Amino acid sequence: MADRTNEAAIRVMRLDKTFGDRKALDQVSIEVRPGEMVALIGASGSGKSTLLRHVAGLTRGDRGQGRVEVLGVCVQAEGRIAADIRRIRPQIGFVFQQFNLVGRLPVITNVLTGALGRMPAWRSLAGRFTLEERRAAVDALSRVGIAETAWQRASTLSGGQQQRAAIARTLVQGAGIILADEPIASLDPESSRRVMEILAAANAEDGTTVLVSLHQVDYAVRYCPRTVALRQGRVVYDGPSAALTPRFLRELYGAEASALIDGAAPRQAPVKPQMPLGPDRAAAVA
Amino acid sequence: MTVSTHAVPLSPPLRRSVLRLIGWGIVLGALAASWKGADMRPWALFQDAGNMAVFAADFFPPDFTEWRYYLGELLVTLQIAAWGTALAIVGAIPFGLLSAENIAPVWVRQPVRRLMDAFRAINEMVFAMLFVVAVGLGPFAGVLALFLHTTGILAKLFSEAVEAIDPRPVEGIRATGAGPLEEIVYGVIPQVLPLWISYSLYRFESNVRSATVVGMVGAGGIGVVLWEIIRGFYFAQTSAVMIMIIVTVTVIDLVSARLRRLFI
Repeated sequence: MADRTNEAAIRVMRLDKTFGDRKALDQVSIEVRPGEMVALIGASGSGKSTLLRHVAGLTRGDRGQGRVEVLGVCVQAEGRIAADIRRIRPQIGFVFQQFNLVGRLPVITNVLTGALGRMPAWRSLAGRFTLEERRAAVDALSRVGIAETAWQRASTLSGGQQQRAAIARTLVQGAGIILADEPIASLDPESSRRVMEILAAANAEDGTTVLVSLHQVDYAVRYCPRTVALRQGRVVYDGPSAALTPRFLRELYGAEASALIDGAAPRQAPVKPQMPLGPDRAAAVA
Repeated sequence: MTVSTHAVPLSPPLRRSVLRLIGWGIVLGALAASWKGADMRPWALFQDAGNMAVFAADFFPPDFTEWRYYLGELLVTLQIAAWGTALAIVGAIPFGLLSAENIAPVWVRQPVRRLMDAFRAINEMVFAMLFVVAVGLGPFAGVLALFLHTTGILAKLFSEAVEAIDPRPVEGIRATGAGPLEEIVYGVIPQVLPLWISYSLYRFESNVRSATVVGMVGAGGIGVVLWEIIRGFYFAQTSAVMIMIIVTVTVIDLVSARLRRLFI
């Protein structure tokens, strides 16, 4: 890592995306350094998901000068996905709002799909996972605290457990970067807290870079030192999460601000930014 | 409030009843126009009622003396259906995937779909006659006939199941860096498997019925026997064979319906 300090983990440069006649992303530029945990906030429709999907190369930007790099490797440029996208994808773990697990497969198989990108095709198509790969999957499941569900069908898990399985998938992937798209938007407060702590633990213990989009500012302030705020596809703020007082949010978002502030998040008074979790806290999660 | 309630008419709009009348008119008109072509002579049933009664009497009592032979040929028929269906499933997996909108690009999908249309359009009897010429009389011609026709049917059913999947798990697999084939094996197949199994079992049922018929053009099995004894006017034996076919098909249908319920 030492010689790569100048290398951004994620670099987005002047990215544009238009859906019909609506600009979803408008000259977005952000840079995330390795080991950072950054929140992406904004009301629904502000471009958070769109931006994350562009970083993972799941969606193409408009033609133009827009460019996305991950760990110094081009993901897409000028509206074209890099031809060798599959080389960089194993480095990018994606956590979806709807978990995107295969419901009929056992949890452990879902987690093992994280290893597909590194396996030779004959082995992955035959479903032959090595013992080490299985062990890594069980380890990942124990880290997120649901090892006992390994052989259950994924569809039988609760939402919170499914999201933890999805994070375990990115752990098996060995991804250096986790992009989490509204990972807690469909979860209850208790599950939300656990999912956020698992992401924070991955960040603190493995040095995984985390970029997580959130609907509610409280979580951003609690778990992420830095926040990027989007509004109508534009970056309107990029700085310490601590500065995001309700008053400042109203300045940024006007009437939309209330949706971001009055979340279901358990409010801790007074909200203070927390730097990467201390080892005691992280250990409790793992 | 009262005004709006009373404003709702109590009979359907005139346009709809007129359209319904026209619809029925077309259906009845088409049937009337087909009367001559189909050589409809319902009174023949009554005029020749005496002949019919004599003919029907010939079927009783059924003559089961050669039941061992029939049973053997019936087994061959089941074997034809089993192989025809199995080969068709193997063929329908790639063709079904390649004709699904969410898997294959249009320049692959359209030609594959048209080919499958052709397989479906030609009845298995016609295929059987052609294969009897190509590979000779016997069950193998029947297997090939069922194989082609059923491939066309299953490919269509399989692709419809694939088009109805939830795309999100597939994207979840893609995001890990998996390749397109891995996306299909881990993201698509697990979602469609129960439906695919159910369709395949259903086609096996249908193919047991079809296999009795393709035999009549020489493609092996009980159909050959049936053809021989009908042509030889051995109606007591014909009725025995028909009873055995009915029992077999009913049993297969019941078992297969049970199995299908397990997978859905």
